[in-house]
Parts: sequence; C-alpha cells; structure tokens
Amino acid sequence: MTKAKVGIVVFPGSNCDHDAYFAFKELLGADTKFLWHKEGSVGDRNIIVLPGGFSYGDYLRCGAIARFSNIMQDVIRFANNGGIVIGICNGFQVLCELELLPGALLRNENLKFICKTVTLKVENNKSIFTYKYGIKEEFDIPIAHGEGNYYCDDETLTELTANNQILFTYRDNPNGSRNNIAGIQNVRRNVMGMMPHPERAADVKLGNTDGFRLLQGLAESII
Amino acid sequence: MYKVKILVTLRKTILDPQGKAVESSLKSLGYDKITDTRIGKYVELLINADSRKEAAEIAENACRKLLANPVMEDYTYEITKGDN
Repeated sequence: MTKAKVGIVVFPGSNCDHDAYFAFKELLGADTKFLWHKEGSVGDRNIIVLPGGFSYGDYLRCGAIARFSNIMQDVIRFANNGGIVIGICNGFQVLCELELLPGALLRNENLKFICKTVTLKVENNKSIFTYKYGIKEEFDIPIAHGEGNYYCDDETLTELTANNQILFTYRDNPNGSRNNIAGIQNVRRNVMGMMPHPERAADVKLGNTDGFRLLQGLAESII
Repeated sequence: MYKVKILVTLRKTILDPQGKAVESSLKSLGYDKITDTRIGKYVELLINADSRKEAAEIAENACRKLLANPVMEDYTYEITKGDN
C-alpha cells in the first residue's frame, strides 16, 4: 500500500482533475483528494498534482490567473520545502507562470490545438518522475493543447541541459518546442511539468498504459 | 483618475506565428510594403491615483506581476489624465 497522499488542485476550468484522481485513487490505490483552489492549505498531502484543463478560461495567458489563487500560495511553500509537485498540461503552464519551473509555453507553432498521441523519449531516468523508464526509452502518450510550445532563452536552455532537468522530449516535435522539450524538472528535482498526459495513458481499458509507470513511480517514491 | 493603455507583445526575439499568418494574408491582399506584423494584447486600466507618478507605479507593478510574462512578452503603456 502506497503512503502517497495525493492532492489534486481544482481550478475553475480544470478538466483533467477527475482523470488524475481516477489514476491515483483507483489504479494505484493512493489516498487521493481534490483541493479546491480557494482552500488555503495543501493539508497533509505529500504529492500535489496540478491537472490539465483551461484554468480561468486561459484568460490573459494560460495559467496566469491560476498562479495567484489561494491554494497556490501554499503550493509554493510546499514546493520550496521539497514537496513533490507535478503539473500536467495546464499544470505545467501554471508552474512556469509561478516560476517554479523556468521558461514559458507559447502558442503552438502551427497555431492549432493539437490532440493526438505522440512519442516521447526519456532523456533522464534518474528522477523520481522517470525512474521506472529506461534511458532513451520511447513511449506513446496523448497530448491535447493549443499552447504547448516550450520556450526559454539560450542561457536557460544551457542550464536545463547542464543540470539534467530535461526529462522528456518529443520524437517528432508537434508544437515547436525548443529542443523538442516535452517535460522538465526544477533544479531541486521535486517539481516537474510536462505537456503530455500520463493520466490518460494509465488504464488498460484505454488501450495505452505507457503513462502509468510515471504515476506509479511517483506514488512509490513516498516511503 | 488616470487611464492607462497597455500594449503587451511577444518579445522581439520570439517568433510570432499569428503575426506571420496575418502578414501573409495582408501580402495576399497586395500590401507588399508591410514588412513585419506582430499581434499583441491591449489592456486598459482606470486607476484612482493621486498623481501620474503613482498611476505609473501601479501600472508598472501590475504589468510585471500579472499582465505580462517577462519570459516571453514586452509591454509598453501610456497614461492620460481623466477617465476617457
């Protein structure tokens, strides 16, 4: 039985919160709770998930308004104390707006919302997010975003590379992301963001379980 | 009362695919003297400040904290007295 206590933050406009809940609660058997954005504390949770969706309607910029919501002030404190935070899709955008992760997510280069399965490559498997995968392992996973084009300046890119912060890259870059980046972690290695959806590739019934190991690895990292 | 008109655009070093798409449409309409097109956002604030300086400080902070993301965007603004 995993000791993970998962908190899934729910913003107005989140729409992958229930998928994440199902994956952690039903597939992994983890103690899982929703955390409404107006709550002031993450409580006893030891893994925080910022789910996909369109928080606050993507008004102004994706994630820009969510970052100032009540609960996020405690998520910042939690992350700065070493707590595990994973941002998926819109959650990744929120983490960049929060500056818990470097860079930003721009409009896809082709200006289209892209919803399809892509192939990811594991660039670093020595993280709590990726240790269940092989190095350079390729696996399939769904993406669904209009603003997933990862951007950072040259200096940041050099740092990301030097610190082994790049966890996943796209085999065939769908959105224009710099250096094909699909997912990164922070320097301290407790905060990670990715555009693809591991929670949508976790249940056998959906025909793809390649994302399951990421969530499983996270849950099992709590001991 | 001061009105602040804020323009937020993608930083010059960042490719603006929306601007490029609009530009190619403008070119197809025959506007061949247009050499660059960039799309941005316009934000208008009414600020109940005592001075232009105070209004500028508030606008500047609002831009830095929320209205623009310095990783990818630049901003400019102009301030006028009155609410129209």
